[in-house]
Amino acid sequence: MRKSRQKDRTYTEKARGKIRKKENTEKMYVEKNERESGRKNQGKNAGRSEGNRSEEKESAAQILYVRRLKTQKIIITILRLLLLAGFFVLWEIASEKEWINSFVFSSPVKIWDCLLVLLKGGELLHHIRITLMETFVSFGLVMGIGVAAAVLLWLCTFLFRVLEPFLVMLNSLPKTALAPLLIVWLGNSMRTIIVAAVSVAVFGAALSLYTGFVNMDEDQIRLIYTLGGNKWDVLTKVILPGNIPLILSTMKVNLGLSLVGVIIGEFLAANEGLGYLIIYGSQVFRLDMVILSILLLCVIAFVLYGGIQILEKRLSYNTK
Amino acid sequence: MSMDHHEKNMTEYETCEDSNGINHVKENKKEHKCAENELIEKEEEKPVISLKNISFSYHSRKGETSALKNISFDVYDREFICLVGPSGCGKSTLLSMLAGLNRPESGEIQMYGKTTGYMLQRDYLLNWRNIYDNAALGLEIRHKKTPETEGRLKKMLGDYGLADFLKKRPSELSGGMRQRVALIRTLALEPDLLLLDEPFSALDYQTRLDVCDDVANIIKKEGKTAILVTHDLSEAISMGDRILMLSGRPATVVREIRITFSDGPLTPFQKRKAPEFNAYFTELWRELKNCQKLPAGE
Repeated sequence: MRKSRQKDRTYTEKARGKIRKKENTEKMYVEKNERESGRKNQGKNAGRSEGNRSEEKESAAQILYVRRLKTQKIIITILRLLLLAGFFVLWEIASEKEWINSFVFSSPVKIWDCLLVLLKGGELLHHIRITLMETFVSFGLVMGIGVAAAVLLWLCTFLFRVLEPFLVMLNSLPKTALAPLLIVWLGNSMRTIIVAAVSVAVFGAALSLYTGFVNMDEDQIRLIYTLGGNKWDVLTKVILPGNIPLILSTMKVNLGLSLVGVIIGEFLAANEGLGYLIIYGSQVFRLDMVILSILLLCVIAFVLYGGIQILEKRLSYNTK
Repeated sequence: MSMDHHEKNMTEYETCEDSNGINHVKENKKEHKCAENELIEKEEEKPVISLKNISFSYHSRKGETSALKNISFDVYDREFICLVGPSGCGKSTLLSMLAGLNRPESGEIQMYGKTTGYMLQRDYLLNWRNIYDNAALGLEIRHKKTPETEGRLKKMLGDYGLADFLKKRPSELSGGMRQRVALIRTLALEPDLLLLDEPFSALDYQTRLDVCDDVANIIKKEGKTAILVTHDLSEAISMGDRILMLSGRPATVVREIRITFSDGPLTPFQKRKAPEFNAYFTELWRELKNCQKLPAGE
């Protein structure tokens, strides 16, 4: 023991010596630097003033960086708007100069006129309202059924093991193939459209949510059990709150899919809505009406997506 | 039974040839005498938990792996027990059995009215809850969230330096603080027995020493019985009253060592510097090596 202690002591002394040496060299280095900076600035306070300046420099660099980010953002927005405007202007010129057939391709001015006429009649707003309503209802159903199904499958993994192949099959089945059947079964009504739209999205939603639930951190689940919780606690305390980001991203995907489903449904079985307007327009060769409806769908899709993104930002701010 | 172990320890001390070792034997003999008195006192006391011939094995399609074999030991009130052993020997399995998460395949665990609190390897604070809600998670789950328990929880958080962080997110706290929150989350349920499953292994060395002191202090202050699983020998020596060494798979108790320090109550960090520390360490180290060698020699 004593021996080892002595060893320790000699060892620590050696180590101390090393540290001292290191300190000395560091001191020399600092002194050297000070001397050099002193020579440059010719004053006793040279060190301090230089420190201040470097601080200012940093903040200036920071300002520059932030400014650069801001200008970049502005440039991007301007370029986007220019691209959009350029597209419409080029389209208008092309149809004016008859580079393209203005009957088939229509033109921005014609579409604008069509918009005004349809707005005056009030029917356009009605069609938009119908399509939006159908989209929201089917989106709500998709999310509701999707989350419920995923929870059920998570609660009863045995059920999932039984159903898995069927779910995968239904998910990859092109749902448009079901539409004729749905018309026969459910008739030419809004019900058909909503069922068609739900069938497009619901299987994918349930599967991806279930995968997210199953891949939750095992140890966080264990934590709930160690605190005396049961499966229901695991669900409400870990699985659901922990998967809010996943639920939001599924929402993003499924809002788009619901719109797709609704338009498909309207193509086949409707006498109102934007999908109906597209089919009707093409049948009576009012292609300006068709293109107007498509442009309106673009705007709707963009706005809906933006809405979810805002929701996502808020909630993720809350969770992080 | 622990007396037998004790005597065995003594004889093994004397037969060891290492010069350092012999020195320690002389030092330790005195303490062992004090320890003996303590032991006798303890013997009269009833154990709060007793394990009898616990065995457990894991099953997979390829076959079964025996994890624990004939494990028996007693735990007394307010005792701090450390389970050490080679990694993957089934220490954690034993703990989760004590917590009631697993059931032993054979054998018997008797708990005399003791509620358990389990602390996992990492803090597992839920990042969608703030610090206070994380600490209150256990109360919420057991439906014990009353103004009274919440008041106590807040006081505890305040006592252990977390008062200013109640509304913060877990990601804003340091590793040591997070571990403290995790401990308070466990303590909020007022368990009599704390099961600590390598709670410091995810921390860096410096934080680890700090949190070790903190946790030992908290446990002593709250008057809890604790079982700590670790593969870090110095941690076990610095924290435990008694160390049980487990062998490799399937694990059995190969050795039981009572840890006593002559300088009265010490913090784990002070114990690390105490003269007895090295002796215990060498002994445990040799034992650990022995029980790792055995399977290879066969």
